[in-house]
Amino acid sequence: MGRITLDNVTKSFGPVQVIPPLNLTIEDGEFTVFVGPSGCGKSTLLRLIAGLEDVSSGEIRIDRQDATHVPPAKRGLAMVFQSYALYPHMSVRRNIAFPLRMAKMDQAEIDRRVNSAAEVLNLGDYLDRRPGQLSGGQRQRVAIGRAIVREPAAFLFDEPLSNLDAALRVGMRLEISELHERLRTTMIYVTHDQVEAMTMADKIVVLRAGVIEQVGSPLELYRTPRNLFVAGFIGSPRMNLIEGPEAERRGAHTIGIRPEHIEVTEGPGAWSGTVGVAEHLGSDTFFHVHETGLAETITVRAGGEVGFDHGDRIHLTPREDLIHRFGADGLRFE
Amino acid sequence: MARSVTTNRKHANTVLAWGVGLLIFFPILWTILTSFKTEAQAIASPPVFLNFDWTLENYAIVQERSDYMRFLWNSVIIAGGSTLLGVIIAVPAAWSMAFVPSKRTKDILLWMLSTKMLPAVGVLYPIYLIFIRLGLLDSRVGLVIVIMLINLPIIVWMLYTYFREIPGEILEAARMDGATLREEILYVLTPMAIPGIASTILLNIILAWNEAFWTLNLTAARAAPLTAFIASYSSPEGLFYAKLSAASTMAIAPILILGWFSQKQLVRGLTFGAVK
Amino acid sequence: MATQHSRSAARFMMAPAVILLLGWMLVPLTMTLWFSFKKYLPLRGGDLGWVGFDNYVRFVSSSSFWPAVQATLVIVLGVLVVTVCLGVLLAILLDQPMWGQGVVRILVIAPFFVMPTVSALVWKNMFMDPVNGLFAHLWKAFGAEPISWLSEASLFSIILIVSWQWLPFATLILLTAIQSLDSEQLEAAEMDGAPVLKRFWYIILPHLSRAITVVVLIQTIFLLSIFAEIFVTTQGSFGTRTLTYLIYQRVLESQNVGLGSAGGVYAIILANIVAIFLMRIVGRNLDA
Repeated sequence: MGRITLDNVTKSFGPVQVIPPLNLTIEDGEFTVFVGPSGCGKSTLLRLIAGLEDVSSGEIRIDRQDATHVPPAKRGLAMVFQSYALYPHMSVRRNIAFPLRMAKMDQAEIDRRVNSAAEVLNLGDYLDRRPGQLSGGQRQRVAIGRAIVREPAAFLFDEPLSNLDAALRVGMRLEISELHERLRTTMIYVTHDQVEAMTMADKIVVLRAGVIEQVGSPLELYRTPRNLFVAGFIGSPRMNLIEGPEAERRGAHTIGIRPEHIEVTEGPGAWSGTVGVAEHLGSDTFFHVHETGLAETITVRAGGEVGFDHGDRIHLTPREDLIHRFGADGLRFE
Repeated sequence: MARSVTTNRKHANTVLAWGVGLLIFFPILWTILTSFKTEAQAIASPPVFLNFDWTLENYAIVQERSDYMRFLWNSVIIAGGSTLLGVIIAVPAAWSMAFVPSKRTKDILLWMLSTKMLPAVGVLYPIYLIFIRLGLLDSRVGLVIVIMLINLPIIVWMLYTYFREIPGEILEAARMDGATLREEILYVLTPMAIPGIASTILLNIILAWNEAFWTLNLTAARAAPLTAFIASYSSPEGLFYAKLSAASTMAIAPILILGWFSQKQLVRGLTFGAVK
Repeated sequence: MATQHSRSAARFMMAPAVILLLGWMLVPLTMTLWFSFKKYLPLRGGDLGWVGFDNYVRFVSSSSFWPAVQATLVIVLGVLVVTVCLGVLLAILLDQPMWGQGVVRILVIAPFFVMPTVSALVWKNMFMDPVNGLFAHLWKAFGAEPISWLSEASLFSIILIVSWQWLPFATLILLTAIQSLDSEQLEAAEMDGAPVLKRFWYIILPHLSRAITVVVLIQTIFLLSIFAEIFVTTQGSFGTRTLTYLIYQRVLESQNVGLGSAGGVYAIILANIVAIFLMRIVGRNLDA
């Protein structure tokens, strides 16, 4: 159905190569997230798959068929854009029906599909409104509806939640995940937000400067980041990266320890420092610890309510088995 | 600036603003009023404001004596024709500059603008000469072409700024949805561009209607539009105030009404997008 | 998003507009340049041969040149000062909360839609006429001697007429600019203790500076070539012969095409100097 393969794909804008030769396979039914900082080429990659940009060289296969030079509409893919890209002069119903009308489908079938999509997405009451009269979340649903009715081989999402406020974003995240559970269709999702990547993906592709840094399941990336970039990018708060004697003692150039893998005590511990800012969330407590002699700030996460505050002297003990070791080249080694 | 103010201040603002507004509008109001007076009342001393015998005879006389309808028709054809022709030429150009921009697009746009800056008087004789050679002097066709050319840069610019506001993602969405180029233009682009095209047409009809260099210098009797018709009142006939007023009112009324509709687009059109 | 195919289509769609404007610019310009180096009197012998820069020298050294430059400058500067100053004040006034804002706005904008010949004639006859004009009545009512405006205060009168026509333009643009001012900025300044005049001077005026520049440049280009207002009022007499009008007279009235063309070249150069500044601003905006 929706297996997508990129084979030595490159993309250049003029003399600038934004994607060096890249190989990637996305299995049928998989929820794949492209994640990376802005400008890393993740959106360009998505647009290459969509056919909105021509590849400079290489091959794109969809369902084992060469799709490299197939126009976007013929690839059987549907896309949800960051700005939703709804047609402002059409009602919600006509927006959702548009791809079906373009496919010259008969009216009865169009109505059936539009109505069932509207039901799935709770848009029944809004079908005769214009996009301008809808809230951000509703517009997002219309955009998804327009994608669903085509019953595509794969869905492409280009940062679809970045225009929503925080509360709605969490809700829509769940809705998209549920949609994937129900449809079991291949989805490719682009975001710069690693939380979205971690919560939604079957497979995460971490990109930097057009290069794939690592591919894997969320927990693989969390447990065994392949290099310093992935280590720093995946996980929140960020992994603490420490250089110098403590790293050398463990035979590495750099060591990394996640905030949740450090134990905080009043009494003796491996390291010590002074609490700068303490963030008490109730469920967790975050300490930003200074004067440790390790790095400028060490972030520590303690479960539940822990009563240290600004200025307190505390002791830190990392879990030795969860320390990540990196060489001078930035690569992980065991 | 949504700020809460006392009602007193709002009263004061209202009185002041209405006072200034009426002062600025007064010459137009006075012209309209005078057009309904008899010639004697029009020059009465002291002037009469509202307490006169309203009459329509001036309108009848102006039409009868100077064939107002012919000038009006010339104005309509020149303003409408030049705008329509200009839009037909400008739409594809603005379209391609907005959606397929290249490195030179900006230079071309600025160059087009620079042709608008050419002082008309600097090329008066060459155009005059060309018109005589081509037999276009005092013809509506000739004026349609010239007015179209002087407004073409503004038309291209306005359309360009409107088209640029149509987000590229929507066109890509249409492409993903399987629309062919023809369907994309027909079902997505055109409906979205119509408001912009309409306001471009409106503003340019106004500009063409009021153009008073080429219309005065390139027409005589046959093709003269309302600008030239009014200018003919600068001779002794101008002393007939009521008739002058009636003629003026008829010349500006259509465009005043159009203008009020287009005031929102005015700023953008006249500043080439430099102020929005 | 652009492919090779769409690029060539774009070039094709742009061609008519570009070719027409290129022709419109180059053909008359070349002819004007050509004539400007000739002694060319269509009614008195026609083409009398090349004269080099003679026309350019004669145009500048004629006794009407400097007065024309002076009249042009006085009118352009006068109108600019009046419209920008009143425009700023009017824009601020219209931005205040009031009843019937929409109607007032329409009243203020109206003069812009009046064709130049109409406004010039209405002002000339119904307001400035020394016998029957409203101003004459007004002066008499106060026991003063009516003024023959267009001959005794000709430049002032022209400035008044043209300012009335252009004030709406300045007001409208400045109003648009004021409305884009973030009200939080003003509130912040108020919190910081800036009194009304200081707020105007340090916040509103700097915010308007770009709009004012645009108004000045665009108006200058149009004002340099005002024609109808002079054509139907003074016909260039009483010191109101501007550069544009002078060239017009040389070319069409005295049919001295060579001399007029040289003047035309000066006018083109002058307009282009202003245009360069305007294009800079517009061009910068294009990138944003």
